[in-house]
Formats: sequence, C-alpha cells, structure tokens
Amino acid sequence: MAAVFFYLFATIMIASAGVVIFARNPVHSVLFLILAFCNGAGLFLLAGAEFLAMILIVVYVGAVAVLFLFVVMMLDVDFAELKQGFIKYLPVGVGVGVVVLAELGMVAIGWRSAPSAADAVANPLIPQMSNTAALGQILYTKYVIFFQASALVLLTAMIGAIVLTLHHKPNIKRQKIEEQNARTRENVIEIKKVPFRTGV
Amino acid sequence: MSDGWTSAISDFFIAYPLLLAAVKSVLLAVALLIYVAYVILADRKIWAAVQLRRGPNVVGPWGLLQSFADFIKFALKEPVIPDVANKGIFLFAPFIMATLSIAAWAVIPVADGWAVGDINVGILYIFALSSLGVYGVIMGGWASNSKYPFLSALRSAAQMVSYEVSIGFVIITVLLCAGSLNLTDIVNAQDTSYGMAGWYWLRLFPMFIIFFVSALAETNRPPFDLVEAESELVAGFMIEYSATPYVLFMLAEYVAIVTMCALLTILFFGGWLPPIKIAPFTYVPGVIWFILKVSFFFFFFAMVKAFVPRYRYDQLMRLGWKVFLPISLAMVIIVAAVLQFWPAGPAGV
Repeated sequence: MAAVFFYLFATIMIASAGVVIFARNPVHSVLFLILAFCNGAGLFLLAGAEFLAMILIVVYVGAVAVLFLFVVMMLDVDFAELKQGFIKYLPVGVGVGVVVLAELGMVAIGWRSAPSAADAVANPLIPQMSNTAALGQILYTKYVIFFQASALVLLTAMIGAIVLTLHHKPNIKRQKIEEQNARTRENVIEIKKVPFRTGV
Repeated sequence: MSDGWTSAISDFFIAYPLLLAAVKSVLLAVALLIYVAYVILADRKIWAAVQLRRGPNVVGPWGLLQSFADFIKFALKEPVIPDVANKGIFLFAPFIMATLSIAAWAVIPVADGWAVGDINVGILYIFALSSLGVYGVIMGGWASNSKYPFLSALRSAAQMVSYEVSIGFVIITVLLCAGSLNLTDIVNAQDTSYGMAGWYWLRLFPMFIIFFVSALAETNRPPFDLVEAESELVAGFMIEYSATPYVLFMLAEYVAIVTMCALLTILFFGGWLPPIKIAPFTYVPGVIWFILKVSFFFFFFAMVKAFVPRYRYDQLMRLGWKVFLPISLAMVIIVAAVLQFWPAGPAGV
C-alpha cells in the first residue's frame, strides 16, 4: 500500500515540477509548484515524518507560495520580450544545467549513510516518542546554537526587508488611534449661543 | 439487531480499515453539511432578529427548509463563466476551497474517540488546511480576470496571512499547556476537577479573545469581511461566480466558520467535556456537549456580524500586527516561563 502511494506522490511531484518549468503562464507555474510541495509533504508523511510534512505545508504552501503567487500575479510580464534572447542564452543555460545535473549525480552515486545511522534508527533514544517531541528534544538541546543562529539570520533578513521598503513620506495624513480615542465630547464639540443678526 | 450481527459487522470493518474510514468520513460529512445548512439559516434568523425582521420563514415550518431550497435553486441554475476568465483555474478555485474546508474535519474529535483520523499532529493539520484556504480566494480572484475580484483577492490574501500569524501563536500557548499536538489530548488536558473553570478559556483568558477575533478575520466574517465589502468591491472575489461554483464558495466559507467554532471549543472550551462534573451533566453524551458548544460560538459569530460595523483596511492590519501579534508573542513567553518555573501554577493544573 505504502509503495503505491510512494510512486503516486513521487510521479505527480516530478511531473508537476516539470510543468513548473515548461508552463507558459507563470501563474500556472506557481500553482504546479504548490502541487509539488503538497506531494513532497505526502512523501514526508509516508516516511513517518508527520511534523515535517505539516510544517512544509504551513510554511511553504501557506506562506511562501502565497507571496510568490502575489508577485507573479502583479507582474506585467512581456512574453515576446522574454523569448527574444532565448537562442542566444541557450548554450549558457544548458551548460549550467549540465554542471548542476553532474554534481547531483556525483552526490547520488557517492551517497553513504553514516555508520551510526542504522543503529540510531533501530534504537530510538526514547521509544514511543512522537517525532514532534523528538525533534524538539534534539533541536533545543544538541543543536540549540545552530537553531538560535538561524533565527538570528532570519531576523536580520526581516529587518533588512523592512528597512528597504520603509519610506517616510511627509504630508501623509495618518490616523493616530490614541488621539482618536482620546477625543471626548467636551474637547471636540463646542456649543455657542449665536446672537440674532450678529453672528459668531 | 442480535449480537451475532453486530460482531459480524465489526469483524468485517476490522478486516477492511479503509472501508471503515470511508464510512466514517461519509457519515461525518453528511452530518456536517446538514449542520451547516442549519447554521446558515440560524445566521440569517439571528441577523434578522437583531434588526427586528422575521428572516426566512416561508419554506417549511419557521423557514427550516430555506437552506435546502436555496441549494436546489443554485444547483439548477446555469453557471455563467466569463469569456475572458481562465476557465480551468476559475472552476478549480471553488472546488479546492470546499474540499479543503471539509477535509479539516477529518481530525476533529466530536466526542471522546470519535475522530476519523486521530493523528499526532492534529492541530497542525487543521492549521495547514486553514492556511491553504487563501488559495481558493486568490485563484478565484485572479482567474476571473476582472478588476474588483482581483483587488479583493489581494486584500484577502494579505488579511488571512496576517491573522494566521497571531492564530499560530495562540495555538502555541495552548500546546505549551497541553503538551501535545493531538486534539484529543488537548481536550483531555482540560479535564480537571474544576469543570468549566479548568478549561483553557479562563487559564489563557486574553488568548481566548484574540483567537476569537482572529478567527473572525481568518474566515472573512464581518466586521472583517473586507474580501466582499459590498460598498467598495461589489462582492469581492465572488462577483463573477454563479450557480454551483458560487454555492461551493459559500459552503466553504460556512464550513470554515464551523471549523473555527469547533477549534475554539476544543482549544478553549473543553471539547466534549461537561461544564460541571456532577450527575445530570455527566449523563449527557459528549457529542451533544460538543454540538452545543459549537452552536454557542456560532451564535457569537452571528451576533458580531449583526452589530459590529466593518473595519477599515488599515485598522484591520493595525489590529493584527500592532496589537494581537505583540500580545500573543508576550503570552507565549509568559506561559512558557510560568510552566518552566512554576509547574504547579495555574497554567499547568
């Protein structure tokens, strides 16, 4: 049963990854990228990594891909212009592709799991622990420095993005909620008796 | 039915677990859809009562069959697909939205042990599916190839992503207290001798309110229904939709609302647990308590719709990012600190 699902998810994932590259419409590309992510989550589930599967959906599909889709939908892409340099850049592109493929192939051929890995799989540290708890145990003890360091890197990126996009334009009217809430009848409304035929 | 028959049936289902899951899913889906039909009617009735109107009262006694009549009417109409629309995505959007919103119910325990799939990461599964809900809106808005739906889709995508952040942190505080991602375990963690006072709504009080308001924003309910703000965007991303595709959007919206009510019930209101642990209350089956609690929360959703005016978009974003996010972040730290340094304290009873 698991094998059937493995081949199902893997086939759809590879096929949709192909469509991401070949689709003419960039929005279709992003939608197929999302399909690829979902099938990746399915593969994680089959491997018993339910926490990673859900996080993949929440982070990549729920947040990152939404932003991709946002950008791609807003872009005004001129396809004729994109196609112009196609033949000119084809050799360079193919060259880069071949190099990356060769590197991946070398990694795949030379793949060896660590000698202790099989032993660790056979004897989990704490049996009957869900993999969420197990991941938490190891992330916050053995790898806590790396975990915090990656959080700092993300924080830097976030501050960078905010600084780059923050513009303080003068002369823009903004509502200040505190001022708005501080308004009372007494300091806003003034009732005057207007004398007849003299005005205020 | 004699004992021989029941044991034969149970043996049959034990032999075919997938078939059992399918039967359970169908039963749950049918019950859910009927409940949603009456939730829609209740929504209209409550809204009408606040405005001193009668509401739907023609089809069936007290208008009880109104939702079914509406459904038949929509299903028999011709779906109009705009010429310039991207047809595949246009039709796929409502379909995916309805599927995802119903799929979330696969892990919700409506009573002790009554869940189709009682998985370890239940709460993450629901969170993941609710974060996917934004795709129905954004795909529908884009594929309509029209100005208002597109503007609405962009707005709502930003809104839903923003409020997911604070919902995530609220869920983290509950998880810290319960010590599990499994929904059944979360409910059982609230099963103290204090009854209602031991549930998380009191122990994590500000988070309960934040979750409720964020749930309103996440499901695009008034006062945060900027997606379909009729005074600005005509009807938002649904303008070009008609007949069955429209019904699927509407169904998805209401199922998502009921899911949020169920989540409020499970995370903060003790799921299927009785409010007071004494005789007459403990005799009532858990599923009745669950439905009562979900309906209770839905009543508040409907009341908020009836008497709170719509937020402006910048106010909505300010509330999400500048008010809810800092409070919920602070609460995550406070709850974690209390659990660490005072384990016997109020958070970890």
